[in-house]
Amino acid sequence: MMSYELIGISVLWLFLYGYLIVASIDFGAGFFAFYARLTKQDHLINRLISRYLSPVWEITNVFFVFFYIGIVGFFPDTAYYYGSALLVPGSIAVILLAIRGSFYAFENYGSKNNIVYLFLYGASGLLIPASLSVALTLSEGGFIVKEGSTVSLDYWTLFTNPLSWSIVGLAIVSVLFISSSFLAFYASRAEDHSALKLVRNYALFWSTPTIIIALTAFIYLGQHNARHFQNMMDLWWLLALSVAFFMIAMWLLYNGRRYGLAFICIMLQFFCAFFAYGIGQYPYILDPYITIQNSVTSPAMGFALVVVFIGGMCMLIPSLILVFKLFLFDADYVKGKK
Amino acid sequence: MSSLDPVLLSRMLTGLTLFVHIIFASIGVGVPLMIALAEWRGLRTNDIHYTLLARRWARGFVITVAVGVVTGTSIGLQLSLLWPMFMRVAGQAIALPLFMETFAFFVEAIFLGIYLYTWDRFKKKYTHMLLLIPVALGSSASAIFITTVNSFMNQPQGFTLINGIMKDIHPIAAMLNPATPTKVSHVLASSYTLSAGILAGIAAFSLLRGRDHVYYKKALKLTTVCALVFAVSTVMIGDSSGKFLAKYQPEKLAAAEWHFKTMTKAPLVYGGVLDENNEVKYAIEIPYALSILAGNRPDTEVKGLEEFPADLRPPLSIHYMFDLKVTTGVIILLIPVLYVFRRWLPGRKPYPKWLLLGIVLLGPLAMIAIELGWMFAEVGRQPWILRGYMKVSEAATTSTSVGWMLVLFILLYLILCFSAIRVLSKLFRNKEAEKELESLGLEGGIVH
Repeated sequence: MMSYELIGISVLWLFLYGYLIVASIDFGAGFFAFYARLTKQDHLINRLISRYLSPVWEITNVFFVFFYIGIVGFFPDTAYYYGSALLVPGSIAVILLAIRGSFYAFENYGSKNNIVYLFLYGASGLLIPASLSVALTLSEGGFIVKEGSTVSLDYWTLFTNPLSWSIVGLAIVSVLFISSSFLAFYASRAEDHSALKLVRNYALFWSTPTIIIALTAFIYLGQHNARHFQNMMDLWWLLALSVAFFMIAMWLLYNGRRYGLAFICIMLQFFCAFFAYGIGQYPYILDPYITIQNSVTSPAMGFALVVVFIGGMCMLIPSLILVFKLFLFDADYVKGKK
Repeated sequence: MSSLDPVLLSRMLTGLTLFVHIIFASIGVGVPLMIALAEWRGLRTNDIHYTLLARRWARGFVITVAVGVVTGTSIGLQLSLLWPMFMRVAGQAIALPLFMETFAFFVEAIFLGIYLYTWDRFKKKYTHMLLLIPVALGSSASAIFITTVNSFMNQPQGFTLINGIMKDIHPIAAMLNPATPTKVSHVLASSYTLSAGILAGIAAFSLLRGRDHVYYKKALKLTTVCALVFAVSTVMIGDSSGKFLAKYQPEKLAAAEWHFKTMTKAPLVYGGVLDENNEVKYAIEIPYALSILAGNRPDTEVKGLEEFPADLRPPLSIHYMFDLKVTTGVIILLIPVLYVFRRWLPGRKPYPKWLLLGIVLLGPLAMIAIELGWMFAEVGRQPWILRGYMKVSEAATTSTSVGWMLVLFILLYLILCFSAIRVLSKLFRNKEAEKELESLGLEGGIVH
């Protein structure tokens, strides 16, 4: 049987991937809504965006909380190291999330057409992935300093390192790429051709920087953490699959058909890359301080968490299917008839 | 700024986040229940007024949920950012309820999203109302789980601490500690009271402003009666919390009551001030009352503060919080009682102005009571973060940036609260229920 820590980290990685997808759609949509307002194209896509996002914005947030509580629960040492080091970037991420979540609600349910609210909502959407990606950078090691029992973050190393900037850049462009390709799929379902034209262009535009920055980040990772890089090279087939899915998605988007399949390919593209990255990092959660074996919670708690997780999934999966049925795959709702 | 102690600053920041969060969280726990009640009545009696009530409450509720969610996310992360040493040690024991809470939160989020966007979408009318059951259950369940974490910090059990590492952990025993039953039920009951009180206040406010449509009278009746029921249960549970304290956390009760010497037939000290020699002045002493509070009998022995080492005593200022909270609680109970008996009161008016004013105050008073109650509970377990095991000073971050984060969060919460109030009042101003009834074409055909 798989050990608790391995189940734990696999489940959490899967949830982080889930958050990556749903949050990217959400964050990117906020930015596009703001950008479309600035370029006076908002009449084309705003209804589309709010129709999808309104029922699900709170769910997106829970994905994040779930991952975060889960990792602290399964691996309490992460709270100590990351908690101590991430006070400033973590607090800034929290503030941005708070501004974004609440101003989305204020703008959407309260005072519509408030440009300040929309700006806060749109701009924070790009800054949040940037601030959250710092945690991924830290896990590569070399940025967290431990002196005695004091753990702190070496800001100078962090800010002068090309790896951290390439990860930030990758986070931002991936958000825009994932989001625009999802919106293209949603617009095609809604048979909203003017919106489709606009968001398809966004998707095609953001695909190139995504793949370039992904390669750049990979090269910088090789310079920073040879072990991680080598492990990922051993998983070359996953990375190759990722590139292949990207090519298929681009071909579909370029030809302007099967947008649903194109979006699934993009999801698989990120899935392969994300898991190659995660498996390559094994067994470290924070190089070199935390490995998944030496930081795992007690067996009794590990067992309880796995049991609760299975029980929770039995509630969660039907509920999520219900949401999808009502708001994503109900053609009448998507077209705005309900 | 950085010369200030990170421990003190961490306490201030945690306290601030909780101060904001608990109000919105309590609304999040109680209001779905009230919405369900109104919608259910509307369907059962075929009375469109109650259905509109549910709709209007739901519309405002989303705004408060948004602030509740984001402040809840803050406190969730701050737990590790500000108290990393605590989480490293206690994370072994409290991970289970924290994890369960996120599931409850998940269910609530999913069904609230569905509920808000499916008015008139189902063939059977009751289906839509049933969506609120997972919302209400989810929000109450997350309150329950998170309160067990707090109970654990007050009354830790289910582990052995060896060299700063928890061994031999029983996750369920840690959750079901002696503090759990009273704390959880008190939190739930007071959240329901707060929510019913706020909604009653809104109805009373409309009546005060001269809107005498029957819609507001129905709203007032439903909410005030609910507030009464919830307030009664809150007070009764509060009494059992007193008995819990006497048995398990006597130092907290003793500090709250300025009870220095162990004795039977202990009097209850109400109000007053303490001079520099710890002599109580200007207080009202109610004979035997503390013994009765602690054990239902006048000859119950109540432990005095002198039995505890000075460095492990909670601050004596919690006496004021305790007295104020109890006083507010009694006022909250009295107002709806007066409403029920208003036709027997002098004047015999159906809606006396002073009573409506009192009902408007129910919500704010309940907020004050909840804040005071939490401050009493939290300050009252100083100096411990994990009572008997870990002190607050050993648990905080050592980072020197907490001060700046405190400033940022103060700004954030000010902006959030200000905007939420602005948006909420804008949402309902110039959008009276009467007009909405007309515009929906729902008025007419209903006997008033």
